[in-house]
Amino acid sequence: MAHVVLTYSFARQFADGRTEHEVPGNSVRHLIRALDERYPGIGARLSNDVAVAIDGVIHQNAFLEPVEPGSEVCFIPALQGG
Amino acid sequence: MSGQRYKWIGTRPNRPDGAHKVTGRARFGADFNMPGQLVGKVLRSPHAHALIKSIDTSKAAALPGVKAVVTSGDFPEQPDQIVPAGEMQVNLRDVTRNVMAREKALYDGHAVAAVAATTAEIAAEALALIEVEYEVLPHVIDVAAAMRDGAPILHDHLRTEGLTPPSNKPTNIAKRLEFAKGDIAAGFARAEVVIERDYTTAPVHQGYIEPHATLASAAEDGQIQLWSTTQGHFQVRGFCSRLLNIETSQLRVTATEIGGGFGGKTVVYLEPVAIRLSQKAGKPVKMVMSRDEVFRASGPTSGGTIKVRIGATRDGRIVAADCTVALQSGAFPGSPVGPACMCSFACYDIDNIKVVGFDVVSNRPKVAAYRAPGAPIAAWAVESTIDLVAEALHMDPIELRLKNAAKKGTKTHYGPTFNVIGLVETLQAAKNSAHYKSSLAPGRARGVAAGFWFNVGGDSSAAAHVGEDGTVTVISGNPDIGGSRASLALMAAETLGVPYEKVRPVIPDTSSIGFNFVTGGSRVTFATGLAVVNAVRDMIEQLKARAAKIWEVEPDAVIWEDGYAKPSSSNVGKFEPLSLAQLASQAGKTGGPINGHAQLNAQGAGPGFGVHIVDLAVDRDTGIVTIERYTAVQDVGTAIHPAYVEGQLQGGVAQGVGWALNEEYIYDAKGRLQNAGFLDYRMPVASDLPMIETVLVEVPNPSHPYGVRGVGEVPIVPPMAAIGNAIARATGVRMIDLPMSPPRLSAALDAVPRKLAAE
Repeated sequence: MAHVVLTYSFARQFADGRTEHEVPGNSVRHLIRALDERYPGIGARLSNDVAVAIDGVIHQNAFLEPVEPGSEVCFIPALQGG
Repeated sequence: MSGQRYKWIGTRPNRPDGAHKVTGRARFGADFNMPGQLVGKVLRSPHAHALIKSIDTSKAAALPGVKAVVTSGDFPEQPDQIVPAGEMQVNLRDVTRNVMAREKALYDGHAVAAVAATTAEIAAEALALIEVEYEVLPHVIDVAAAMRDGAPILHDHLRTEGLTPPSNKPTNIAKRLEFAKGDIAAGFARAEVVIERDYTTAPVHQGYIEPHATLASAAEDGQIQLWSTTQGHFQVRGFCSRLLNIETSQLRVTATEIGGGFGGKTVVYLEPVAIRLSQKAGKPVKMVMSRDEVFRASGPTSGGTIKVRIGATRDGRIVAADCTVALQSGAFPGSPVGPACMCSFACYDIDNIKVVGFDVVSNRPKVAAYRAPGAPIAAWAVESTIDLVAEALHMDPIELRLKNAAKKGTKTHYGPTFNVIGLVETLQAAKNSAHYKSSLAPGRARGVAAGFWFNVGGDSSAAAHVGEDGTVTVISGNPDIGGSRASLALMAAETLGVPYEKVRPVIPDTSSIGFNFVTGGSRVTFATGLAVVNAVRDMIEQLKARAAKIWEVEPDAVIWEDGYAKPSSSNVGKFEPLSLAQLASQAGKTGGPINGHAQLNAQGAGPGFGVHIVDLAVDRDTGIVTIERYTAVQDVGTAIHPAYVEGQLQGGVAQGVGWALNEEYIYDAKGRLQNAGFLDYRMPVASDLPMIETVLVEVPNPSHPYGVRGVGEVPIVPPMAAIGNAIARATGVRMIDLPMSPPRLSAALDAVPRKLAAE
């Protein structure tokens, strides 16, 4: 199980307002799939234009990145810079 | 400091492109020409908001010397959805309308048509012959006005994303965001000191000295070559291929040398237009914006309103903080309100936080990225309020920040828990700096502020080739804006164990290296640097294999050390080390050319923090602020080329001083920009600034072999608040609106009795 954290905006839009979730899966792809089974529609949103922080390390375009049991996985708005 | 010792990393050699740039040999966007090229020019809307009822180009097209005319009808309609273009997620419906207005002109300067002609004079004459019938609509410029009920609506289809329940009401608010942690009400209930203020910032332009310029050559067989001054030629390819339905393999883009970008050259304006004109005319088309066009039709970053409230206990512990940020995005949605919200309180370990953001359209040019997009706006408000809390608690402003500083293990309000970060070390370095320890000269006051930026990674490709003489070419695909050629060459030299001078970094066109994401997000030295290191490591494996063949031993019996292949132990046999040049000279006999390649999606860009200290004086009669001393302290991970890292810090401060003290767009009652030039849009010049001092703190990023963190964006985050805090201490007047220009500061000082202000 990974500890998934959604922003309030994502949570309100897709997850009944719940920001924290225990989700099975050993990669970001698996977590998104499991979340989409609980909250249909969230998978598409979390697959695009979103950055993922795994244990504090921010990943761009995360998909196959491995996730350890107990890892903190946060989905946040995509980041660009100047 | 990192404590690691490198041979080349951390040295300060001249940049490989330096001689070309100081002798005028380097070729920037407007320096490229082709035989028979035409001059392209754009007709721009004189109205801030107007329906385009008709465009008649017949007279322009009939003018001798005019070879092509385009309007929005020459660009395919695009879907209203977010799609990847050159790895950027964009709404192509909006992008194509920004490149060329379709149903409406949405800002003064919005492109409505373009021509290509044999001379600039004929092109200008042709523009005057284009007849556009407008129906002028009410307009709205400022973000607060655009959010009000009854404001002129820019896009009838726009609805606010992120509302629960969803709203079906036409609006200028494109998005609502919310981030939170803890219990904000309980936190403020514990607070013994609560400070609340409302702030504003003005939109500011990136102010790159080189205007947008491009040259397009479309051949009859469909192949297209394009030269562009850009921060990302792969993004130019991506945007143009999407907007014009061209296969990416048909479009070859070369990034010219670039005279500044700062985020403003990560999008396209002229490039699709030049390609379409070239396709229609059958000749190359060159387009160069005037400075007036740069101001009216490109960039800037958002202006906004920010309400901040911070609560602390008397011992200096911040227990609650909230803020509401509304940023104008210009004519189409897409302000950096997300990063603004996330950066707002990122410097602090606070249990209870709530941040709400709004993305708001108005009749201004669509905003583009500008160094740490959104972060400086939030920091202006938050760091000013932190200073007020320090004043209320009678605490040293650095001590207050140290007491509440984020560190490894701090859970941010936007979700992630920080890994290794260097804010505490940076605050300590600021506190111990010669500047902060110095006494203030009479008539001067001191301000301090901190700042945060994520830094990003992303896709990069690199190759390393060994020439027959053992010198090395390192090829990567990011335009060099801040000295990245030097940084990449230093990392290649360090990895390979050869002198820096033996490594030549090259930035080819989009057909000659794999994909590279933009030069932006402070990513190149980190992400493309990682690709270069991996490409060199790939090459080293081949060099070891070639040595093994020559010595007739197993490849794992060979090590690479200080630029030589050596036996891994005496058991392997007695062999003289083989140099890179020796191995290269025998490459043909041992398997052919020796090249290394790497491609990756770099993860784990280390966040950056900065702390700035400024001493300044205020002329109470004129409101003129003189920056007397300025020090930027920053965690830079590892300074690969310290001089260019210092240059990034100094450049960020210089732009921040302009943002703080002078820069703003001035519109007339009809929504027309009145100061579209450097004479009236006042950016700092050398005589406005002291020598900016820097302190480089090195807390290595564990996700990079040399500890690299991005450095280019953090330094523009703290200056506005640092200067505002110093002005408050100098005058007793707390400024809440940017810029703190002489007229505005003078008026604020006049509004307060001098004796009271002095108290």
